[in-house]
Amino acid sequence: MDFITTLINGLSLGGIYAMIALGYTMVYGIAKMLNFAHGDIIMVGGYTIFVVLGLSGNPILATVAAIIVCVVLGVTIEKIAYKPLRGASPLAVLITAIGVSYLLQSLAQIIFGSAQKIVIVADMGTVTLGSVSISVSTLVTLGCTVLVMVVLTLFVKFTKTGRAMVAVSEDRGAAQLMGINVNRIITITFAIGSALAALAGLFYLMKSPGLTTTLGAMPGIKAFTAAVIGGIGSVPGAMLGGILLGVVECISYKITAIAPYTDAIEFSILIIILLVKPTGFLGKKRREKV
Amino acid sequence: MIRGKNIKWKDFINYAVIAVVTIIFGSLSVTGNLASSTQFLLEKMSIAILMAISLSLVVGFLGELSLGHAGFMCVGAYLGGKVAAVLAQSMGNSIVTLILSVLVGGAVAAVCGVVIGLPALRLKGDYLAIVTLAFGEIVKSIFQNTSFESFGGTLGLSTPRYDKKVLFIIGFVLVIICLAVIQNLIRSKHGRAITAIRDNEIAAKAMGINVTKYKLLAFTVSACFAGIGGVLYSWSNYTVQSSNFGYNYSIEILVMVVLGGMGNINGGILAATLITYLNTTLATVLTGDLAVLQNLVYALILIVIVIYNNSPALKSFRERYNLKALLHKIKLVKHDPMRVKDDEAVWDRVPTKIAMDEILSVDTKVRTSVAEKGDPYESEGED
Repeated sequence: MDFITTLINGLSLGGIYAMIALGYTMVYGIAKMLNFAHGDIIMVGGYTIFVVLGLSGNPILATVAAIIVCVVLGVTIEKIAYKPLRGASPLAVLITAIGVSYLLQSLAQIIFGSAQKIVIVADMGTVTLGSVSISVSTLVTLGCTVLVMVVLTLFVKFTKTGRAMVAVSEDRGAAQLMGINVNRIITITFAIGSALAALAGLFYLMKSPGLTTTLGAMPGIKAFTAAVIGGIGSVPGAMLGGILLGVVECISYKITAIAPYTDAIEFSILIIILLVKPTGFLGKKRREKV
Repeated sequence: MIRGKNIKWKDFINYAVIAVVTIIFGSLSVTGNLASSTQFLLEKMSIAILMAISLSLVVGFLGELSLGHAGFMCVGAYLGGKVAAVLAQSMGNSIVTLILSVLVGGAVAAVCGVVIGLPALRLKGDYLAIVTLAFGEIVKSIFQNTSFESFGGTLGLSTPRYDKKVLFIIGFVLVIICLAVIQNLIRSKHGRAITAIRDNEIAAKAMGINVTKYKLLAFTVSACFAGIGGVLYSWSNYTVQSSNFGYNYSIEILVMVVLGGMGNINGGILAATLITYLNTTLATVLTGDLAVLQNLVYALILIVIVIYNNSPALKSFRERYNLKALLHKIKLVKHDPMRVKDDEAVWDRVPTKIAMDEILSVDTKVRTSVAEKGDPYESEGED
């Protein structure tokens, strides 16, 4: 029964990774750039929750505030740092994103200091079913991620904006000719990605309450790995990759012999998968034209 | 050098400057007139320059983004440091020990370069970047979990410290060797092949360039010198800790390369020197929570420089007001239209290439299927 607990924990962690990976993958699909600052938006969400929770004590208010702050921040970053570089080399955009990531981390450190903050979002206890006992927050995380993914899939499939997003990611030039406002779609994508990052920050704090300025760094890199495993640019791929990575991480932590090497194992999986399938599980193969 | 061309003083100025600086500081240090903090700073500078030059080969000239350069340094630092620690027991901190450890560290890092170069052959751009990042994290994690007897585990590997008065001189000698190897590689036929792969891989392949060979070559040479940088690091510190070689350090080296100008080795050397100097001096001025101001300033400089240099909207502004135009105005630079810009990565080429692709879009897949059906020219001739 220990295995089932591990599996559920893994699914819940995987859900968090998937949520962050969705932000990476959607931005990559539509703006064709790797938003390395995405992990730090999670951190900003975490600090917003910390501040608002301290002021009001209401976790729902704190979550809403975090989502608003992250969306505003994500859109602002896009307008100031990435928009001037549209049409420039991908490497230039990537390096700017790394710069933004550093900027956010150091700003947070100036404002909040480097000491770790403990944030207890809500104490929900554990639930026991037979011999399996799981904390309620894990189940809430799992439920919310499933909900978010369903809503997002429906949004992309059935709304006008969602279809426009797909169109832009397939062929930006053609989409523009069809009357789609590409700049608006990119802004919306950044907004959605940042909102998901805020939620991921909340669930991450529910899982482990320590809040530091580098909170987003490791989950960010892992989620990025997940997005690449699933095939970057693909929405279901990000979900699949995130959940796979989360389950592997939790199982690996449970086996004492390999527990210290968990990070190495996760990254090795990435390298092996990319060697076998260079575009990830569900990534589209870009045909090279001469 | 290309035969038949006159050798220009410009091509050797970097060696000369480094040699003069080394001789001045070296003689000061050997006679005992150099503060120990300056010696340490010079050691750090030589390491940073080694890392920047070696990364510049992959990022600036091959055009592939590597986010795991510190991983190669980590391998070199641990293995070179281990060899040094073992040999120092029997041979002492002699120059022979140092040379042996440098050779071992460089060789093992070069092997890792081949291992990472192999996926590089199948992957491109962002995918390769994430693989190098993963490699750096894997290396860090493996060394962190070794046993205390082998590589020190979380406490780090304790390594012998070389004589402070001399180590930075050796460091700069290694920098000159690295410079000689990489600069001559770039200016040779092989270097032209590497830059050709950067500018257009398919065209390079069509011209008969062995892409596999040159990509592996660039990765291996770059990793080897990064490993040597690592060995130097192990000699200049009492302990080697894998946590120092994380993603952040890789980024710091990348910042040096970018600030120096992609594909501009001298710029990279200058940026590495400057950043190391600023890092060390600012670390003494800014203490506690203020230390983070330094990162803030770096981040801002990085963003502003990259946007300024690459924004399509600022292109006309850039062309009117830049250092070269200023030098032209005061007639310091002789305009030579025949000179091939071998040291500059022209980023503008990337969008140009995409535009060309759209104009000349011919699907290779369709071509082959037509070819399989039969000779297309035959049916054309019958009409």
